Amino acid sequence: MSEKTHTPHVAVLRSPLGRVRGLGSARSGVAHWWAERVTSAALVPLTLWFILALLGHLGAPHAAIVAWMQSPVTMVLMLALVLTTFHHMHLGLQVVIEDYIHAEPVRLASLLVMRAVTALLALASVVSILKLGLSGHV
Amino acid sequence: MAEFTLPANSKVKPGKTWKAEPGAKRVRSFSIYRWSPDDDANPRMDTYEVDLDACGPMVLDALIKIKNEIDPTLTFRRSCREGICGSCAMNIDGTNTLACLKPIEEVKATVKINPLPHMPVVKDLVPDLTQAYAQYRSVEPWMQAETAAPPDAERLQSKEERAQLDGLWECILCFCCTTSCPSYWWNGDKYLGPATLLQAYRWIADSRDEATGERLDALQDPFKLYRCHTIMNCTQTCPKGLNPAKAIASIKQKMVERQG
Repeated sequence: MSEKTHTPHVAVLRSPLGRVRGLGSARSGVAHWWAERVTSAALVPLTLWFILALLGHLGAPHAAIVAWMQSPVTMVLMLALVLTTFHHMHLGLQVVIEDYIHAEPVRLASLLVMRAVTALLALASVVSILKLGLSGHV
Repeated sequence: MAEFTLPANSKVKPGKTWKAEPGAKRVRSFSIYRWSPDDDANPRMDTYEVDLDACGPMVLDALIKIKNEIDPTLTFRRSCREGICGSCAMNIDGTNTLACLKPIEEVKATVKINPLPHMPVVKDLVPDLTQAYAQYRSVEPWMQAETAAPPDAERLQSKEERAQLDGLWECILCFCCTTSCPSYWWNGDKYLGPATLLQAYRWIADSRDEATGERLDALQDPFKLYRCHTIMNCTQTCPKGLNPAKAIASIKQKMVERQG
C-alpha cells in the first residue's frame, strides 16, 4: 500500500447538470426512428416476394429470367426492394456507428464513408435493374 | 471506440477469505467486490463465509452481518431495508437488484456481489451516481402548469387520468435499470437511460402537467432518447417489477403521434 503523492489533473470542472444538458436536444430523431420501422415492415413482403420469385425461376433459362425482369411489375418491385433495403441499411448502420464510435472526427468520417458506399451500392443495383429491364427484347 | 476490456488498474484480482466460525452448520460464501480509493491496489473479490442460521433471509441482512461481525471496512449503501429507498441497489448473482429484496435462498451457490455496472466506484459497493442524478434533474421532474391550482383544493384528476401514472410513480430511482443497459454503458454521457426516461414519461403522462410539448421537444434527440434499442434489460432487472422499456416506447409513440 503506497501513499498517494499527487492529485490527478482535473480537466473538466463543469457542473454535472451542465455536462448532461450538453449541446441540448437536436430536436430530431423521430423521422429516423419512424423510417427504420416503416422500411423494415415494407421489407417483409418485398423480401418474401423476391425469395418466392427466385424459387419459382429455379433452373429457368436465361431468356425466361430476362423476360421476367422486363415485366413492369417486376421492375417496380425490384426497385422498391433495392431502394428500401439500402435505405434501411443506411439507417441501421448509422445507429451502429453512433453507438460504438465516439471520437468525433472518426465518427464523422465513418458516417460519410458508410453513406457513400451505401449510395453507390444502391445506384449500382438500380442501374443493373434498369439495364436488364429496359434493354432490347432478347 | 467502446471499451470492451477493463483498464489494467481496474482488473479484478482474487482477495482474502474470511472462514466461517467452527461449528457453523449452514455456511454460505459471499464473494464481494472490494476497492478503496485510499490505496493504489486493484479491485479484488473478498470471500466471506456466513452462517445462514445466524443471519436474516435477505442479501442485505448478510451484508449487514458481515459489516457488523466480520469486516467493518466493507462499504455499501442501505437505508430502509424494505425496497422503498433504492439505496442498496447492486449487482447480485449477475443481476442488478436491491439487496434488501433479494432472498439469499434464490442464489444457488456462492453469492457474488458487485457494484452497479459501469458506474465510477466511490468505494466497494458504492457507485457514483452523480451523472445519473444530473440526468434525472435535466428532465425537470416536477409539475409545470400555467393554469393556477384552485386556491382551496388540489389539482383534480379523473380516475382514468390517475391510472395513467400506475407503473410509473412506483419507480424509486435505484438505477438498477439504467446501469443494466448496454446502450447506457456505451453512451451514458448523452443517453438519458431507462430510469430517467421512465421518470420523464411519468410527467408526460400526468394530466395535470401542461408542458408535455416542451418535454417531448427536449427528449427528441438521437442520443437522449433514441439510443434506446429495445434491449429490454431494464424491464428484466427492475426490482420493483416496472417496465421502463414500455415507458420509453410510449414516449417514442407520442413523438410519432405529433408528427401527423
